[in-house]
Amino acid sequence: MEKQLHSELKANGRGLEERIAALEAKLATIEERLPDDRVSLVVFSGELDRVLAAFVIATGAAALGQHVSIFFTFWGLNALRKKKVLSGKKFGEKLMALMAPSSSQSLPVSKMNFFGIGAKMLRAMMRDKNVSSLEDLMQMARDLGVRIVACEMSRDVMGIKDDELIGGLEFGGVASFLGDALKSKATLFI
Amino acid sequence: MQFDRVLDVRGLACPMPIVKARQEINQLQVGQVLKVLSTDRGSVKDFQGWAQTAKNIQLLAQETEKENDKEIYVHYVKRVS
Repeated sequence: MEKQLHSELKANGRGLEERIAALEAKLATIEERLPDDRVSLVVFSGELDRVLAAFVIATGAAALGQHVSIFFTFWGLNALRKKKVLSGKKFGEKLMALMAPSSSQSLPVSKMNFFGIGAKMLRAMMRDKNVSSLEDLMQMARDLGVRIVACEMSRDVMGIKDDELIGGLEFGGVASFLGDALKSKATLFI
Repeated sequence: MQFDRVLDVRGLACPMPIVKARQEINQLQVGQVLKVLSTDRGSVKDFQGWAQTAKNIQLLAQETEKENDKEIYVHYVKRVS
């Protein structure tokens, strides 16, 4: 009688162990799928106000202890320019370079730009209210370890040369963005 | 309220109070307290949000002081890890 009870208990114990092992395996897969402390932004727009919003969020998130990466594509690349290069470019690329802002300093605003007066006014008003300039925020973002990724495909399409862009950039494609975004708690397209 | 260091971000706007406070708290030892002076009204909610998100800090208290008819928002942040 006692022997039978003992072996039954043992069998139960083994069943329990197996179930715990199965649960632990499940838990490990679930943990793997949990997002990191990560925020990913796409900057598609090339306007001062929109890029500014992106960098306010990026620096804020970094300050909150999040890993932040910003993926710049199409018009967003204009925010990463430092100068204009025309030589060695095809006709369309030259035209594009001529019309595009030559650096973050000359980005237009998305509303009421009036040939750049709007952007100058916004900058003056920001200075007046002690809001950090876009350039200060960009520097701050770098100091906080925000990763800045330039889209290689749109850079190539628009004919932007590497030496037209500021230093310290990473170059990547959709998979590099998605690699970050799929592990992020928040993802924004600006 | 006891504190070990003061950070004056009066006059600075979002996101600078949080960004500067974060940089400052990294300089502190675990257990030390940072007192932050800000004129940014939004900083009250911002510091609460920071404390909710970050695991290494704790928001001990928030006060509002008046100085020449201007509100000063005071935050006490403790580094816990």
